[in-house]
Amino acid sequence: MIGLPALYTFAGLVFGSWAVATLLDRQHTKRLLGASFWGLLAMEFLAGDALGDTGNGLLLLLLVALVLLGAPGKGQAATTTIAERLASVARHGNRLFLPALIMPGVALAGTFIFPLLPGLVDPKQVTLISLGLGALIATSVLMLWLRPPLVAPMQEGRRLAEGVGWAMILPQLLASLGALFTVAGVGEIVGALAPMAIPEGSRLAAVLAFTAGMAIFTIMMGNAFAAFPVMMGGIGLPVLVLGLGGDPVVVGAVGMLAGFCGTLLSPMAANFNIVPAALLNLPDRYAVIRAQWPTAVLLWLFNTSMIWGFAFR
Amino acid sequence: MSTLPSLWPLIGIGIVVIGFALRANPLAVVVAAAFGSGLGAGLSVPEVVAALGKAFHQNRYVSVPWITLPVIGLMERAGLQEQAAALIARTRAATTCSILLIYLGFRQITAALGLTQIAGHAQTVRPLLAPMTEAAATRDNPTISEDGRNKVKAMAAATDNVGIFFGEDIFLAIASILLIKGFLESAGIIVQPLQLSVWAIPTALAAFAVHGGRLLRMKP
Repeated sequence: MIGLPALYTFAGLVFGSWAVATLLDRQHTKRLLGASFWGLLAMEFLAGDALGDTGNGLLLLLLVALVLLGAPGKGQAATTTIAERLASVARHGNRLFLPALIMPGVALAGTFIFPLLPGLVDPKQVTLISLGLGALIATSVLMLWLRPPLVAPMQEGRRLAEGVGWAMILPQLLASLGALFTVAGVGEIVGALAPMAIPEGSRLAAVLAFTAGMAIFTIMMGNAFAAFPVMMGGIGLPVLVLGLGGDPVVVGAVGMLAGFCGTLLSPMAANFNIVPAALLNLPDRYAVIRAQWPTAVLLWLFNTSMIWGFAFR
Repeated sequence: MSTLPSLWPLIGIGIVVIGFALRANPLAVVVAAAFGSGLGAGLSVPEVVAALGKAFHQNRYVSVPWITLPVIGLMERAGLQEQAAALIARTRAATTCSILLIYLGFRQITAALGLTQIAGHAQTVRPLLAPMTEAAATRDNPTISEDGRNKVKAMAAATDNVGIFFGEDIFLAIASILLIKGFLESAGIIVQPLQLSVWAIPTALAAFAVHGGRLLRMKP
C-alpha cells in the first residue's frame, strides 16, 4: 500500500537533488552552507526514522544554526531568459495553461478514485499521495512535451526553493513548537486563567472573552486547532454553554471561525502568511498580513455578533 | 477558587511575541520559545532536544507540498507567468478586482466541496494569480509604483487565504469540523457534522461580502 513513507522518500530525493544542484553551482556564494542545508533536510526525510528523537533534534538545531550563518543562500540556478520565455509563449500560447491543470486534476481524481480501489493507497493520506502523483505526472508531461535539459526539474526546483529560503522549514518547525507547548501544558494554564477575565453574569462580556481568546491564542499559536480545545474547554463549554445555556453547535462552529480570523493576523501561521510573501518576492515579510487585517477584524466582529445573537435563542 | 498552576511554561509565548516584534529570525525565535517553555515546565535540555526532534520528525508531512516546486519551476521556465500576464493584458474586462473576486468565489466554493488542495500559494498564486493581477493593475495604471505592484501581489495571496479559510468549514469532513465534533463528544454532547457546517455558511457569505467589498474599493 502506498502511504506516507513512499512520499517521504520521494520528498527526500527532491531535497537531495537541490543539495547536488547547489554543490555543482560554482558561482554560489554560500555553496557549502546551502548544500549542507538541503542535504540535512533530505537526510531528515530519508533517514529520520533511524536517527531517533535526540538525533532528529540535533539535526533540527543544526539546520537552524546553518540558517543563522546564511543558509541556504541564492545561487545561479540555470533557467531560461525572458527572451526565451517570450519565444516559448509565442510558440505555445494558451496551451501552456494545460500542464497547470494536471496537479489539480490529479488531486481531484485521486480524491474520488483512490477510495474505490482499497489496498492501493492509504485512505488517510489520499490528498498528499495525490499531490505527489500529480507532481510526478506533471513533471513527466512537461519533460516529454518541452524537452528541457534533463537537469531542469532539479535546477528549477532549487531556484524556487532558494527564493523561499529558510522559510521553507518554518511551518514544520512551528508545528513542532505546538507539540512542545502541549508537553509543557501551555494550553491547560491558559484555559485555567481565561475564565478569570470574565465579569460575573454578563453574556456579552463572556462572548467577547471567548471570541477574543480564540483569536488571540490563535495568533500566538498560529493555528486555530491549538486554540480551540483550550478556549472551548476554558470558556466556551463551562461559561457559555453550561453556565449561560448557549447552543454548543453555534458556539463551537462559529468560535472556530473566530479563531480563523486570528490565523489571518498571525506571523506564526507561516504557511499562509510568511511563505507566500517569500514566494512572491515581497520585500515586506508581513505584506500578506497587512493586506488581510481589515478583512480579519471585520469578520471577527461578525462572528462575535453571530454567537451573541444566535447562540442564546 | 482553585490554585493557580505554575506560569513558567508560558515563557515560550512571551519569547514568540517579543521575537516576532523585534523581527528576529523566526526559526531562532521558535527554537528559543521551545527551550523557554520546555525548561519552564521542568524538562532538561536533552529532553527538550528530544521532544523537538520527535515532533519535527512526526510533522514531516507539513513540508511534503514542497515537492511541487520543480513542476512550478518547469512551467515558469516555459513562460507560464508571461502567458498569464499577456492573456490578462489583452482582456480589458479582466481588472485586478474582477480577477480576484472570481478567484475568491472559486476558492470558497471548491473548498466548501472539500477540494482545498487544488489551489494554493505555490500551485496557483505564484504562477497564475499574482502575474495576472499584476498585469491587470499595470495595464490599467501604467504609472503604478513598485510598492503598488507589491500591494496587489500581497492582496492576491490574501484572497487565497480568505477564500480557503471561510469556505472549507462548510465541508463536512474537514479537520476543523471533526475537531469540534470530537471535542463536544468528549464532553458528552453529540452533534452531527452537518449541524456544524451549516453554521459556517453565514460567515462564508460575510467573508465574500467583506473581502469582496475591499477588492471593489481597491485602487491599483
